[in-house]
Amino acid sequence: MSQSFVPDFASAPTAAAVASGVRRGELSARDVLDQYLDRIRMREGQVHAFNLVMEEAARARAAEVDQAVAAGGDPGPLAGVPVALKDLLCTHGVPTTCSSRILEGWAPPYDATVVTRLRAAGAVVVGKTNMDEFAMGSSTEHSAFGPTRNPHDVTRVPGGSSGGSAAAVAAGFATVSLGTDTGGSIRQPASLCGVVGAKPTYGMVSRYGLVAFASSLDQIGPFARNVADAALVLDVIGGHDEHDSTSLPGDGPQAASNLGRGVEGIRVGVISELEGALGIAPDVASRVREAAEALAAAGAKVEHVSVPSVRYGLSAYYMIAPAEASSNLARYDGVRYGLRVRGDDITDMYIATRSAGFGPEVKRRIMLGTYALSAGYYDAYYGKAQKVRTLIIRDFEAAYRSFDVLLSPTAPTTAFALGAKMSDPLTMYLNDVCTIPSNLAGHPAMSVPFGCGDDGLPVGAQVLAPALGEPVMFQVAEVLEASAPARGGES
Amino acid sequence: MAQPLSKQDVAHVARLARLALSEEELEQFTSQLASVLEHAADIEALDIAAVPPTAHPVPLSNVLREDEPRPCLDRDEVLAQAPDVESGRFRIPRILGEAP
Repeated sequence: MSQSFVPDFASAPTAAAVASGVRRGELSARDVLDQYLDRIRMREGQVHAFNLVMEEAARARAAEVDQAVAAGGDPGPLAGVPVALKDLLCTHGVPTTCSSRILEGWAPPYDATVVTRLRAAGAVVVGKTNMDEFAMGSSTEHSAFGPTRNPHDVTRVPGGSSGGSAAAVAAGFATVSLGTDTGGSIRQPASLCGVVGAKPTYGMVSRYGLVAFASSLDQIGPFARNVADAALVLDVIGGHDEHDSTSLPGDGPQAASNLGRGVEGIRVGVISELEGALGIAPDVASRVREAAEALAAAGAKVEHVSVPSVRYGLSAYYMIAPAEASSNLARYDGVRYGLRVRGDDITDMYIATRSAGFGPEVKRRIMLGTYALSAGYYDAYYGKAQKVRTLIIRDFEAAYRSFDVLLSPTAPTTAFALGAKMSDPLTMYLNDVCTIPSNLAGHPAMSVPFGCGDDGLPVGAQVLAPALGEPVMFQVAEVLEASAPARGGES
Repeated sequence: MAQPLSKQDVAHVARLARLALSEEELEQFTSQLASVLEHAADIEALDIAAVPPTAHPVPLSNVLREDEPRPCLDRDEVLAQAPDVESGRFRIPRILGEAP
């Protein structure tokens, strides 16, 4: 195996420990940041997690945090914690590219709500992370700026589309990071990079300032090295926001509220349809079986449950998400921001701009979505997919009458080689088979590292919960984390 | 069952989506999109006429606020990001058939 760039997690402080040390004046935010910047300087050339490292701004921000503490203030629950942001979260005056040529050089005139909230909690933004262009992909190879590599083995992909954010945490370039998850884009790279990644309930986290892919599916969520840090970050960024009309009212549940309670009596359903079929590798299936056994040993009631319609999730998703994308991406027309390629009249300008600015996968999705919505095909594809969405919601509702959480693999395999799935889009899409159903239902789900595959690379177990079930989801994830086999073979 | 996807269909959709495809892209997209649509035949075959569609995971209704003036994005800052501006507005190529 090629060289691993994953630092020893056990010895590096968690976000909670950094914030606690900085708030008490025992740690300096500047010193903490320096350690991360040093690792970035040494290893970013091999990993390429970032589109932009914001060294100067991060240093200024860390100094502000230290000054606030020195002046007797409390910078907040993420005081001095270095965070990385997926490069589709708007940062005022700082380039936000979505890893696309069409937005290269664009600097948003406002901050996303999650960015405002992270800063208000004392976090230090270290940079903007690489991704599949407009979040379309499962390997971060569909970036206009070149792929990100998996820190565990740089010949492999980190997953995607939030591959840069997952790799940044795995490589120790940031303590925590934010990604977005439309069909698995947080959970799948978390699984492949051996970190925790959570997609919250739809509407828990404001989408204001998140560049839209598929608006009824997109949610922002955290990557972290452990479950408690992921809950901490989610509790900072979550809660109602008047700038997002789909934001749920009120503060919502606190993700960290059930941590430390164990799983005695918690009912866990192992999803039968996702046990071994649908391309799920035997080594991944074995780890998930062991995860279920570990929960049972910890006192949970573990049984199998059938959620029949999840097998139709992939087809429904690859109609719905491209349909919404074809509409959302109509805004890239060369008029108000980003790239413009000149044409004789406005239609020529639109066509020249979009053809030059979008990469092949984005064009494919726009085409697929435009087709699914076009006259004569709407009922057969888009309409049918929306009905399947109803079936999936109903099946989940039935399962949650008997179970508190559900369990499945996160991704069908461990990290695959760069280039392995680039020529056949459908093969790439199959990566999302276990994660898509939660997006279609709007439910929360998260990936927790649970041992390794036969190749020594990380495997993730997925914990799914009903809408607003974050407390029990994190509660179960914490027990999985504690009972996960130690990762071998790493420096 | 819908008709299999043809190159002409793909060219038509590209026009709708304001994308120009090379002959090579056209060939490639036709076979790639056809394989995705083939996979979607599993849901096409489902008899679910009576199932209501779900467009969104949460019931949506209009969200209104008091109609009070508030600060908005700074016009100069927004226009500074545009490819071409004139007199405080976005400037675009001609939209009618003849030159002004």
